[in-house]
Amino acid sequence: MSAIETFAERFRTCPVTGLKVNRDSELLIRANAVVAVVAMLVGALAAIGLVLTRWQAIHLLPAEMYYRFLTAHGLNMLIFWILFFEMAVLYFAGPVVLGCRQPAPKLAWAAFGLMVVGAGIVDATVFMGQADVLFTSYPPLRATPNYYLGVILFAVGALIAVSLFFASLVVAKREKTYTGSMPLVTFGGLTAAVIAVITLLHGAAVYIPTWLWSMNVGNIDPEVYRMVWWGLGHSSQQINVAAMVSVWYLLGGLTVGGVVVNEKVSRTAFVLYVLFISMASAHHLLVDPGVGPAWKIWNTSYAMYLAVLASMIHGFTVPAGIEAGQRLRGYTNGMFEWLRKAPWDDPGFSGMWLSLVIFGFLGGITGVTIGTEQINILVHNTLRVTGHFHATVVGGTTLAFMAVTYYVLPLIFRRRVAFWPMAKIQPYVFGAGLTAMAMGMIFMGILGIPRRHWDSSFAGAPFPVEIHPASELVQVLFGIGGLLAATGALMFIAIAVTTVFFGKPVTAEAIAAGASGLPSGVLRLPAQSHTGPLADQVHQQGVKGTLVLVGVFFACFVLYYFTNWKMLSFLWKVG
Amino acid sequence: MSAHEFHSALVPPQGIWWLPAHRQEKTWVAIAFIWCLVLFAMMPLWHFRGGQNPSGIRYRVTPEAYVARVDRFVEEYQVGEESGIPVVAPPPGADVYLLGRMWQWYPVLKLKKGVQYTLHLSSSDLNHGFSLYPVNLNFQVVPGYDYGLRVVPNRSGDFRIICNEFCGIGHHLMVGKVLVED
Ligand SMILES: [Cu+2]
Repeated sequence: MSAIETFAERFRTCPVTGLKVNRDSELLIRANAVVAVVAMLVGALAAIGLVLTRWQAIHLLPAEMYYRFLTAHGLNMLIFWILFFEMAVLYFAGPVVLGCRQPAPKLAWAAFGLMVVGAGIVDATVFMGQADVLFTSYPPLRATPNYYLGVILFAVGALIAVSLFFASLVVAKREKTYTGSMPLVTFGGLTAAVIAVITLLHGAAVYIPTWLWSMNVGNIDPEVYRMVWWGLGHSSQQINVAAMVSVWYLLGGLTVGGVVVNEKVSRTAFVLYVLFISMASAHHLLVDPGVGPAWKIWNTSYAMYLAVLASMIHGFTVPAGIEAGQRLRGYTNGMFEWLRKAPWDDPGFSGMWLSLVIFGFLGGITGVTIGTEQINILVHNTLRVTGHFHATVVGGTTLAFMAVTYYVLPLIFRRRVAFWPMAKIQPYVFGAGLTAMAMGMIFMGILGIPRRHWDSSFAGAPFPVEIHPASELVQVLFGIGGLLAATGALMFIAIAVTTVFFGKPVTAEAIAAGASGLPSGVLRLPAQSHTGPLADQVHQQGVKGTLVLVGVFFACFVLYYFTNWKMLSFLWKVG
Repeated sequence: MSAHEFHSALVPPQGIWWLPAHRQEKTWVAIAFIWCLVLFAMMPLWHFRGGQNPSGIRYRVTPEAYVARVDRFVEEYQVGEESGIPVVAPPPGADVYLLGRMWQWYPVLKLKKGVQYTLHLSSSDLNHGFSLYPVNLNFQVVPGYDYGLRVVPNRSGDFRIICNEFCGIGHHLMVGKVLVED
């Protein structure tokens, strides 16, 4: 009897999704998500300073502050915001989706504590001016030893949290909390977790020696550091991609009843990420003196392009699943009724769709192109790199995480989303700003303007630099886009924080009455499985609309890629 | 004939789910795979057929030895001075030594159009970024490594070298100069 009582205390059944949610994981999700949003606030405030400085007409911050803000922005956005949120995703994709208990909750809280302490130390050293080394901290550039220690503590915490995700898979299997194979969302989370382990091991291999070196113990070869560091720096972005794609699948299901068109294809694509991505970090060394062309071609080709293949597959299967899901709900007319009739005023859906489009068109195409050995000569360390990864990590991952938050708030925090009318437009504001900003950066990079650079006018340099006049126009696009994106981020933070602390509770009556602050999938969850004549018919019909969309995508990809080869051929001969 | 079953990514698939993909999906996977092969083939192909490759000659070198080599190079071919930096005009085909250091590119180079040089890049302190402006030719400059790139300037003019790797607060002042004459 007491066992039944504890069970009842520790679990609740989600009235919307029917998921069995245990109390421990739920609290861990909440804590990680809240800290993630705080990190985003720090990063977003820094971003405003950066945009207003690189927008040369304003040029707000002094040089020292600019680089300090840049360091803080990179760490808080790329590491703290995203990883804290990914830990929340793993606590959801593991124990919650599988309906099992949280393994070792105390250890999970210890991991969370380590991550918070580590992040706190890093931010403190950066803002005290003891670590103006930017995100990559290439030696012999040196920060205070505590900076590296902070990174290490954070990573150890993350590693423990990831192992607890693996433990939850074992627990769920052993205690038979579900039947069949693990759902695709969990499988995607699993690939993210495996890549996280690979990444964190690279992190240990690079940050522990660097920490010792910062205390004058041993030596660090700058080129070896670059190689190992990117094993961390790039693979970590692949954790993001895997987690983001899982969130796409999750939101597809929650918002419009998106289905998995083929489990085999989607899972194989996830496995490709795990197998190939860490070698693909080699593409950061394409114009480095440390390694030869054979090494560069080998590592970037077999590995990177198979990871690209994986993304191209998800780029089909995710919209195809949404199309099929919508057709199963009766939107079967023509090529695009499914897309026109999608819930565009549900920020969970619009955010997910914009994330998919921005990631694919703007981030993916540019990324693959600049990851080519020779084209990289045109791009390395220009603002084009920055434009690319803002499109992938911010337009892709961050926007997907924002979108899923609109479901986390009612389902996990059990609050109705505050400022609902603002929430409906938030993904559009953020997505539009981000697109303009990234495109501005890409064009500035094409004009030869460097990244990580305080003064595009080069005032005081021994030789004057005449920057291309078109860059001034592009800077306006970048500046306005950046401010719009920052506004979108602050809107998101205001919505999330207000909801968490002051949001109205989600009740059965509120759902029945269609109250404000509840996204479409919470008001009425679409069917999650289908059989019967309609399913047969949809299977027969296939996904024509998606086929057209990926056709457009492919044409853009080919065009952009070969345009870059053309641009390259105009350069000086070099070999 | 069993009916088709669809489920979302939240539902654990039951039984055998390793089913063949739909024809449309197979087509897209095939196109994507072939495209990846094209992407791969372009890189070795450009090494044989194209003229812009980051291969170069690569050695380890101590910063001291490299600085000594740059000084000898300047001594040998100096033709003038600009902004306090020596201007150096090496003969066609020569090995050209350029040093990146906080916050200067040393020396100023005077080259001839259409002639091949081996341009050596290294640093005596931190990582720097060699960016030839406005040509947009970019290479990483790493202390301890000598990167010797065979370059042929294809037009005459007055070019800049912008440092595009963060190397401290005076990073934006690190602008060098290359003159190419007909
Ligand atoms: Cu420099």
